[in-house]
Amino acid sequence: MKKLRDLPTYVVLIAFSSLFLVPFLWTVSTALHDNQDVFKFPPEWIPKPPHWENFPKAWTALPFTNWVLNTLFITVITTTAAVLTSSLVAYGFSRFKFKGRNAMFYTMLATMMLPGQVTMIPVFMIWRWLGAIDTFYPLIIPSFFGGGAFNIFLMRQFFLTIPREFDEAAMLDGASHFKIWWRVLLPLSGPVLATVAVMSFISHWDEFNGPLIYLNSPEKYTVSVGLRMFQDSYGSDMNQLMAASLIHILPTIVLFFCAQRYFMKGINLSGLGGR
Amino acid sequence: MTKRRLVDKPSYWGFLFVLPWLLGFLVFTAGPMLTSLYLSFTKYDLNTIQFVGTKNYHRLFYEEPLFWKSLQVTITYAIFSVPLGISASLGLAILLNQKVRGQRVFRTLFYLPSLVPAVASSLLWIWIFNPDYGLLNYALSLFGIGGAEWLMDEKYTLGAFIVMSLWGAGGGRMIIFLAGLQGISDTYYEAARLDGASHWQQFRFITIPQLSPVIFFNLILGIIGAFQVFTTAYIMTGGGPNNATLFYALSIFRNAFEYFKLGKASAMAWVLFVILLIITAVQFWGSKRWVYYEGEAKS
Repeated sequence: MKKLRDLPTYVVLIAFSSLFLVPFLWTVSTALHDNQDVFKFPPEWIPKPPHWENFPKAWTALPFTNWVLNTLFITVITTTAAVLTSSLVAYGFSRFKFKGRNAMFYTMLATMMLPGQVTMIPVFMIWRWLGAIDTFYPLIIPSFFGGGAFNIFLMRQFFLTIPREFDEAAMLDGASHFKIWWRVLLPLSGPVLATVAVMSFISHWDEFNGPLIYLNSPEKYTVSVGLRMFQDSYGSDMNQLMAASLIHILPTIVLFFCAQRYFMKGINLSGLGGR
Repeated sequence: MTKRRLVDKPSYWGFLFVLPWLLGFLVFTAGPMLTSLYLSFTKYDLNTIQFVGTKNYHRLFYEEPLFWKSLQVTITYAIFSVPLGISASLGLAILLNQKVRGQRVFRTLFYLPSLVPAVASSLLWIWIFNPDYGLLNYALSLFGIGGAEWLMDEKYTLGAFIVMSLWGAGGGRMIIFLAGLQGISDTYYEAARLDGASHWQQFRFITIPQLSPVIFFNLILGIIGAFQVFTTAYIMTGGGPNNATLFYALSIFRNAFEYFKLGKASAMAWVLFVILLIITAVQFWGSKRWVYYEGEAKS
């Protein structure tokens, strides 16, 4: 009886899932087609035979290996920096009372509403003055300063749910503040650390505006800017363009699946529900 | 109480821990904000700088049709994409909050599109919108509807961008709604059902008020996000056809890094900032009438 009542819900759930999935299937299908068969109307969904060679072809047509390594390098460093420094700052905001704390906290929240265009040009001038144009520094260094307001906010919300008694017990044992942060809070914060790490990884892996502004030499490109170059050179080879796009998409999806369990928990527990 | 003080007392420690953020804020946010405000009153091309007073603003308002065009494009996009996107995200979240088996799988499927990097999804949608071989026109043809040249006909391009933005409706915004829904106590619904409330009444008088802080949060950040659309426009249309997708952020980028009119670009950025400030302030003011916080009497 209950199953029958759930049927309409399932129909709607499956309908929407398909709607979201079809563009993916279409991309995969195009990526596996011969260049001629891509342009068929009505389109043919299953390529016969599948042209797996499109992937190595797309990979070697332009310096993809370089771009993937560059992006990985930038992403791994920025993610590590964002997780460490956002948790340090959140520790300060959630565990200590000091002059100006609330003012600083609200200022930090307000920066989430600041459009990046307002600071983009002067920040570019700073890096130009430092001679850091066409290097990775402008893309990496800013992550060491708290890793973004939203990440700090998520961390703080999570830390507030950890009982103070744990800190106090460690303190009575003679632990320093750094030790409490490292040995008490971080080990208890798995879900939110994973959430911040995944979101930070994905946002830096996707990042387009920064690399577009700061990187000039093609061998220094990240995957996102490189794909743009791919579009310029091979824009009409839809199968290879889609294969290259899939190479860009895949790591974020794999990471998401690995971290999914923690990821959702980190957000749910952080009380973003407005209370 | 004495125990608590053990942690609270040395105040400089807290300051020390938030110092990374404070330094970053001063160097990468506060300083640059003031600098760009100053730049907006200058003519600057990365080499020479010259103070010109309010000339940049005057030009934007009175002599620059593209400025008004890009504002119009961006505001039109925001007016449609934000309410549609928020309703879609809320609808999906409600769907995922139904108590049936397998919701974890559906949640993942809904979330997947938002994991696609902006450049890759732009390329993907160029192909979907292809007038001759694209998926969309094929799907429409199955229902006997003639397709359109989505990205080449200025009547349809903005619509195409809005459709594309809805593909990501199952992303972070939906997750935040879902977290909010899961925080609503079942007792409200049970009480309402005992009083014979319909599904619609439960939605209208329990779900919406309980969720209003989350809706408000998503609305504020949604509008700010809509005003900053850049990557998709840069990749898919380059602002065309006939400037129909000349989004404001794209226009700023071009003036700054393609034409090197950094003074003018800074003035544009500040106009954007002031517009967003006004919209946000109006929303905060208006929110008193509809956003309901727990533990607060509602008049």
